[in-house]
Amino acid sequence: MSTVTIALPRRGSALRFAQRYGVYGALVLIFGYNLVFTANFFTLANFRTQFVQVIPVLIVALGMALVIGTEGIDLSVGASMAMAAAVLPLYLGYGFFPAAIVALVAVAMIGVINGTLVAAVGVQPIVATLALMVAGRGLALVVSGDQSKTVLDPVLLELSRGSIGGVLPYTVLLGAVLVGIIAVLVNLTTFGKQLVAIGGNRRAAELAGLPVRRILLLVYIVSALLAGIAGLVGVARLSASVPSTLGNLIELSAITAVVVGGTPLAGGRVKIAGTVAGALLLQFISATLIKNNVPDAISQIVQAAIIVVAVFIQRSRQVTR
Amino acid sequence: MSLPTQDVPPPLPPAITDRPVLEADGVVKRFAGVTALDDIRFRLRPGESHALMGENGAGKSTLIKVLTGVYQPDEGELRFAGAPVRFAQPLDAQRAGVSTIYQEVNLIPLMSVAQNIYLGREPRRLGLIDYRRMNADARDLLSTYGIRVDPARALRSLALGVQQMVALARAVSINARVVIMDEPTSSLEAKEVETLFRVIGLLREQGIAILYVSHRMDEIYRVCERVTVLRDGRVVHVGDLDELPRRELVSLMLGRTVERSGGQTAFADEGHTTAAPPVLVATDLSRRHQIQDISIDIRPGEVVGLGGLLGAGRSETLKAMAGVMQLDRGSVQVEGKTVRPGSVPAAIRAGIVMLPEDRKSEGIVPELSVRDNIVLAALPRLSRAGFSSKRNQDAVVDVFMRRLRIKASSPDQAVSELSGGNQQKVMIARWLAMSPKVLLLDEPTRGIDVGAKAEVQALIDELAAEGLAIVLVSSEVEEVVEGAGRMVVLRDGRVETELTGDEVDEAHYLAAIAGETPHQPGAAPDEEQGETP
Amino acid sequence: MSVIEPEAGPVTTAQVTRERALGVVQSYGAAIVLVLLVAIASVSFPTFFTVGNLSNILTQSSFILIISIGMTFVILTGGIDLSVGSMFALGGVLAAQGSAFGLAGALLLPLLVGIAVGAVQGALVAWGGMAPFIVTLAGLLAIRGVALQITGAGSTTPIIRDELTRALGQGGIGNVRWPAIIALVLLGIGVVLLTRTRLGQGVLAVGGSESASTLMGLRVGRVKFSVYVLSGAMAALAGALSAAYASSGVPTVGVGLELTAISAVVIGGTLLSGGKGSLIGTLAGVLLLTVIQNVINQVGNLSSSVQAVVSGAFLAVVVVIQTVLSRQQRL
Repeated sequence: MSTVTIALPRRGSALRFAQRYGVYGALVLIFGYNLVFTANFFTLANFRTQFVQVIPVLIVALGMALVIGTEGIDLSVGASMAMAAAVLPLYLGYGFFPAAIVALVAVAMIGVINGTLVAAVGVQPIVATLALMVAGRGLALVVSGDQSKTVLDPVLLELSRGSIGGVLPYTVLLGAVLVGIIAVLVNLTTFGKQLVAIGGNRRAAELAGLPVRRILLLVYIVSALLAGIAGLVGVARLSASVPSTLGNLIELSAITAVVVGGTPLAGGRVKIAGTVAGALLLQFISATLIKNNVPDAISQIVQAAIIVVAVFIQRSRQVTR
Repeated sequence: MSLPTQDVPPPLPPAITDRPVLEADGVVKRFAGVTALDDIRFRLRPGESHALMGENGAGKSTLIKVLTGVYQPDEGELRFAGAPVRFAQPLDAQRAGVSTIYQEVNLIPLMSVAQNIYLGREPRRLGLIDYRRMNADARDLLSTYGIRVDPARALRSLALGVQQMVALARAVSINARVVIMDEPTSSLEAKEVETLFRVIGLLREQGIAILYVSHRMDEIYRVCERVTVLRDGRVVHVGDLDELPRRELVSLMLGRTVERSGGQTAFADEGHTTAAPPVLVATDLSRRHQIQDISIDIRPGEVVGLGGLLGAGRSETLKAMAGVMQLDRGSVQVEGKTVRPGSVPAAIRAGIVMLPEDRKSEGIVPELSVRDNIVLAALPRLSRAGFSSKRNQDAVVDVFMRRLRIKASSPDQAVSELSGGNQQKVMIARWLAMSPKVLLLDEPTRGIDVGAKAEVQALIDELAAEGLAIVLVSSEVEEVVEGAGRMVVLRDGRVETELTGDEVDEAHYLAAIAGETPHQPGAAPDEEQGETP
Repeated sequence: MSVIEPEAGPVTTAQVTRERALGVVQSYGAAIVLVLLVAIASVSFPTFFTVGNLSNILTQSSFILIISIGMTFVILTGGIDLSVGSMFALGGVLAAQGSAFGLAGALLLPLLVGIAVGAVQGALVAWGGMAPFIVTLAGLLAIRGVALQITGAGSTTPIIRDELTRALGQGGIGNVRWPAIIALVLLGIGVVLLTRTRLGQGVLAVGGSESASTLMGLRVGRVKFSVYVLSGAMAALAGALSAAYASSGVPTVGVGLELTAISAVVIGGTLLSGGKGSLIGTLAGVLLLTVIQNVINQVGNLSSSVQAVVSGAFLAVVVVIQTVLSRQQRL
């Protein structure tokens, strides 16, 4: 009885469409709404502001997408941002780039611990990264001596404020480059295929001889590194290192962007374009709410509703499969 | 199996003195149009021990689920103590008096023995659970079965046999009148099995009916007096066990009689054997409760059938060779070099690949495309500096899609949208892309349509002819007998016998499965052929 | 008839010893470390083992303890409730508003809302088939949003003017304040609920094995639903008491409190996968976290963020032990 496989009828195609492309439709809707109702929305300045603001969440979401693709989760991304912010000022004396590298190495250690706990020990990802979320930020604060520092490194300031031809800010360029790199990683490399296979059917991946542990370890390191870069961007924007608050709750926004973008929480698929669209959607929704003088509190409730609806739709996909 | 059903179910024995306690009358169960149970008539009398037999897919587990309220019949009715009943959920069946002991102990390991026995119906005093009474009751209850354990101990600290007894005690203490046992001995030691049998005797004295499901012939003949045999969702035999020789029971289960001739499969007539030195030598493969001292060697170009009933250790042996299962003892050598045990990557590097039995949960990655599924294992070989080369992949994918005639709209179609047969071909392609030396096939044609089945069988022939060493496991007798040039027959986790040359036929195979062959390989049980109906 | 004596499980003696040792660390680790820490602190800092300081520790612990009681039940079913920090804040805001109707209003309003929110989350988890982590994550955002909205994005802070309500937060018996007494009473009730009632057994069973619980006829959905309702109610009550203690309901308090509660529960020896744990362990976990904080304050020159590092590391160690243990149990 259980051995009979029946080809599934193609039902629920509207639902499937919503799962795959709903985010783009929603993005069009929000643009349409603003086109009609919001003054000065479609201006270069406004778009530049929105894009600059979305970059940290977007970069974190890229790493989160990889982790979720393996059927994992990374709650420690905010702590990784804080760690990068805490370490950077300590080494700025050697110049920005050496300091940034040291900061990223420190952040990578968080990824190594996460990955080891998940891949080698077998701790559930949510718990392993929860421990690092608590301890990582604590460590960042210890490193920084519990102090916020003003960072006035000229290279950093140029990177944060400068732009190419006054049109394309460097941070947006950085975000675009990282999107490109991760997209290539996911779609064109062995690593990308293997990580998706692990999320899709871990048992099958093991039986096919894939180095499952090594790939999981790498995925968590990549996630931490991306969060670290987002942390540096955060420092640049504030011209200050504030490890106590930088990246607080960013894991929620990142997870939402990834899931809204069509990457299922159950893993097995990574949608980079969808993740970008998801992050932009969240950004434009909150911008729209702000422009219409809707209080922050309400936009939080809206974000919660988006999470529940998106996950509910993704969940239905599992049921119909 | 598409067989003319020449063996009609014999009429029920006329003299049923007791009224049956549990009856199924004309039960039909369909899943998405596929009939899993067809017109099942089944009776269980108080105090009897009744065996339910059948191979994979015969409908045993479906019938058990209908009897215990997990499924509801589409047609027909269940009667309990003569009155029609409807079990909407397992709780209903339990309340009516039908309890079930599962193969895996289905209790809460972290909770105590007494808590497990009384979960959901704990004795209370003043609204609070009365542990003293609960433990005392549990102690008394268990001692009636000759088990003395501290009821406050965590269940998981006990041996599996004792845990199974606790499950039994729980089942019976819910006023059970019927106890269904689904492979209760599969993880028990010999001594524990004895205790179980003794308890079964006690239960029967109390008038409790036992429905006993097992693949172990010895147990069935020891514990049960009557048997119902299912095949392809139908009852093919009901009767007393002492009137039914083992070989006949095996024939009934497999739906094979020795008169059948070959030519049912797409395999060429002659099996493949060669005289080349073995490419794979497995020695003394052992794993507690699963396989014992299994030694096999396989030569290039040869198809070795690994036979035996379900539960005999066929899949486990394949898993041991493929590095999927950790071993207590034993080694696998490929071309004289020992393969690191318990490591899939090591086995694959050595050239041993396995097509797993459960295609859906262990084989395909449903979200991925046909292309990605085919190249999954070979990906590193097809890549340059970590970048997957589409050209290299396309070359491989193209070759195998054409050679195996995989029907997909394009290599980019999601593999979950393909038919079972084509999914299986994708799996075979995945392994052929690794240019293996040894191919282990676990039920390669299960759940795929007739056309694809013939193609897969022809492919197995072809691959062997090209020099691949193949081990074939199949529950279908004609497939394994016609496909294999040599057979190793397992029974209860050990090698029962080896069949070579002319012995590779259904008569010898069925005899070997039933445990009726002398243990020396090659001794043909010719004289027994006449007995078979 | 021969008698079967208990036999060892399918593990060797060496394994048993090792497993037992790890098991002790897991179950009593928090209590042992707590005792050691209190002893060392008492010797090292003259200001530590004083009535004032101990009473302080107890009061500080009481709000987290109340939340952690609910969290223990949720985690025992194998779930998680990330919304408690926000519920804590909302509970405080509602208590302040309800205090206009006296003490009853200050307690009932938050409790009812906590129960209602817990019921929505519980229903989504129990019957909606959604992951607890996602449902309560959305709860975390939405509930905080509601708390902020009620107070005009925190521009107004509702003050508690009802004397009785303030007395509930600030008064007490001797040096022990009411919140601490209430927390300990709730702990006692929780212990009875968990160990002596069918609901409690159901909670342990569902966390131990959901499929076996279903086959054994337990109403799994109802059990799951109940624990989220309980957790919501406890978080709201803790918020109300905290507001009474502070004389006002601040909508921004309690950020990250869910992490503290989860850490306390897990450090207290409750398996994150569910099925095993104790409220007394949770008490030890809560006290340990508070005492670490207190000691760090006593040291003076140590950054208070060391506390986060220590508790995070402790959490990681406990979880690794749990994972190693449960893996051995599976073999």
